[in-house]
Amino acid sequence: MPPFPFSAIVAQDEMKQALLIAAVDSSIGGVLVFGDRGTGKSTAVRALAALLPEMRVVANCPYNCNPEDHGARCVEGCPAIGHKSRAVPVPVIDLPLGATEDRVVGALDLERALAAGVKAFEPGLLARANRGFLYIDEANLLEDHLVDLLLDVAASGENVVEREGISIRHPARFVLVGSGNPEEGELRPQLLDRFGLSVEVRTPTDLPTRIEVIRRRDAFERDPAAFTAQYKRQEAATRRRILAARDRLGEVRVPDSTLEHAAQLCMSLGTDGLRGELTLIRAARALAALDGAAEATDHALRRVAPSALRHRLRRNPLDEAGSTVRVERALAELFPA
Amino acid sequence: MSDLGSALDLLAVDPGLGACVRAGPGPVRDRFLAGLRAALPEGTPWHRMPAAIDDIALLGGIDLAATLAAGRPIAEKGLLARAAGGIVVAAMAERLPPGTAARIAQALDAGGGLGIVALDEGLDAEERPPAALRDRLALHLDLAAVPPKDAADLGAEDKAWDSARARLAAVTTPPEVIEALAGASLALGIHSLRAPLLALRAARAAAALAGNEAPGEAELALAARLVLAPRATVIPAPAEDPAEPPPPNPETGESEGEGDNTGRLADQVLDAARAALPPGLLTAMAAGALRTRESGPTGARQKDAKRGRPVGTRRGDPRAGARLAILDTLRAAAPWQRLRGATAGRVQVRRDDFRVRRFAARTRTTTVFVVDASGSAALHRLAEAKGAVELLLADCYVRRDRVAMLAMRGEGAELLLPPTASLARAKRSLAALPGGGGTPLAAGIEAAAALADQVRRGGQTPLAVFLTDGRANIALDGTPGRARAEQDAETAAARLRGLGCPALLVDIGQSAHPFARRIAERMGARYLQLPRADSGALARAVAAG
Repeated sequence: MPPFPFSAIVAQDEMKQALLIAAVDSSIGGVLVFGDRGTGKSTAVRALAALLPEMRVVANCPYNCNPEDHGARCVEGCPAIGHKSRAVPVPVIDLPLGATEDRVVGALDLERALAAGVKAFEPGLLARANRGFLYIDEANLLEDHLVDLLLDVAASGENVVEREGISIRHPARFVLVGSGNPEEGELRPQLLDRFGLSVEVRTPTDLPTRIEVIRRRDAFERDPAAFTAQYKRQEAATRRRILAARDRLGEVRVPDSTLEHAAQLCMSLGTDGLRGELTLIRAARALAALDGAAEATDHALRRVAPSALRHRLRRNPLDEAGSTVRVERALAELFPA
Repeated sequence: MSDLGSALDLLAVDPGLGACVRAGPGPVRDRFLAGLRAALPEGTPWHRMPAAIDDIALLGGIDLAATLAAGRPIAEKGLLARAAGGIVVAAMAERLPPGTAARIAQALDAGGGLGIVALDEGLDAEERPPAALRDRLALHLDLAAVPPKDAADLGAEDKAWDSARARLAAVTTPPEVIEALAGASLALGIHSLRAPLLALRAARAAAALAGNEAPGEAELALAARLVLAPRATVIPAPAEDPAEPPPPNPETGESEGEGDNTGRLADQVLDAARAALPPGLLTAMAAGALRTRESGPTGARQKDAKRGRPVGTRRGDPRAGARLAILDTLRAAAPWQRLRGATAGRVQVRRDDFRVRRFAARTRTTTVFVVDASGSAALHRLAEAKGAVELLLADCYVRRDRVAMLAMRGEGAELLLPPTASLARAKRSLAALPGGGGTPLAAGIEAAAALADQVRRGGQTPLAVFLTDGRANIALDGTPGRARAEQDAETAAARLRGLGCPALLVDIGQSAHPFARRIAERMGARYLQLPRADSGALARAVAAG
């Protein structure tokens, strides 16, 4: 079954915007989607990956290396050095709850070690996710040490394995997408801050939206091919938009006024560290690139501020006042209507 | 035609609907499964899955024994792949680890016509299959109330399942059907959009069985009973008498304006769902006390810890995520090399030789707060006690503990909050706690002991924190009287001690009460008095416990 088309997802605009931004600038550091069950979180991630053009990889390379990146210089010991390249879809790798560290980072290839006496590395999920998306459902229930490890790799773009006599480092650049339901447990605040953008999704509660969701999903399940064909043009337009934005990203200027406003916003909200400002600027720039604008204006800043900042506010864990409200209040103060 | 029979029919037509069957083992359940199996076409895959299945068996992987024998990797197919197009019966689904449920959910999301029948043998409301799985299974059935004679002929008669299966793809979905299901699910307070989708799928299967081109009223009503009603969280307002002028209805604001056929259909669907709501649920919801929010078990279990502090090695299979201890494996294989006819430079390792590392992980703690909300406590210190508990909660947040909360008031103990990691919920339930009535200390201790036992069975470490003034005056059976009450409390305290559950008793009385101290001694608890129990001391005491 083909994935559900991205353009056919009803509502959830903030989630779609955040995912598009992450697809344009993967250095933003992933997206955290918190919300109810059955709101199309995983559908959106899979749809976005399917929308992106196929990427060229070194054939048989377990790390999805880009043939143009470094020619023959793949990971040491990679069996695919010197092979031809081929096109593959952008991978979306699911990280299931309860995955062991071995499966995530990779480990000694036991079968080969025992059967052939070869010390070989068996790449894990991080290798397979290179240049794609790593999707963690219920990230808040994932054990902390795994989340630590993932965020570390996501930030450095490299997986370093030192275990069982194996010493290897391989590229692992992926867009981390975590989802979860805060009612079932919280993510440690230190980890929250490491995600670039965070989005809160709600089940739509108005009848027409719900009807539309069900109508589209039903049409899709009954005839996936016809439904996908119906959205082909919109999908192609979104794809062009992402690709154009990637090309344009380096040229988008960030005027001093935007920088200043970003700093003011973070100061008034009391976010810790500079990561908030950096993400805010990067996200605004990626959004401007998506819009085809030449510079990241205050308008872009305002649109990304809730996603970029709401999970960075210092808060009392028992405080129920929504962070979104606080960000919006600060925005209203900074940009009086 | 019973709903159980209809559910069986729907599953036979579209196994991908999936079902969550709540029932202990017994003739009804057996009959249901046998009937379903008979109703499916010959040769449909049918597999039983134990709750403790490992990843390799579930998803496929390397067959270790065959690989070693052959000297090259031999793959084995996983259960989910083998069951494609058929049924997997998940036994004891309430014990299914969340990780396994997540993998099954992924397989269901990927399509491929996998049908899951989860057998839920849980006893209380908290013991349910993981929410990620329940949300994706269409039919939620409770067989507990079905007498065996009603199930005797389940699936026995031969129905037109084959032709229904053939017709299923051609069943159309008129827009008013979608609108009716969307409206009904909204009015029933069902947030997940999977519910109306699954209801639609069920209605289409029913239409195929009835030989209709599209689901009609009867099919929608059936889908509402089987799919929507068990998920309801709100009682919809009863349908208005059409003779009356329509009052403003906040729940279903849309359906009023339309007033045509669509609105009527939505109402009928709602009526059907309402009729199927279990009576107990109705009263619970009417009292506004529905607390069965989704919450899955979190955290690692101690026994098969795969990380933590290494504590030696043991014989075992390295595939199930355990880490192979290579040196110990070789050491175990070494004495047998000549017998096995090993040639120089090649070590012969057999399955028996495998040694895997053992780890001891710190299990997560679940702190059970037992708050005395009696009149005597309320008079003096309930507000302060609430403040103290909030401080402790903040501390639990830092340590990533789970919390549960019991209230002692009136004639017994009441579970305010089942174990959860959501501190916001804990705070909410605490803030909403009213005071008044006697002090059923014995019932509170008993309930705490039962909960602690349950927590321990779940693989976590319980810790009980009592906040009481110790003035017990309600006996275990709910009768007033200080002497009986104190006696019962002491007995219960001894039982808690017998469980070996660490405890802390905070005396929130105006002055220290000797009985509070005695109870603390009986249950082996640390005793603190609130005036001196400043926030720091309390937090330290819990951390030390």
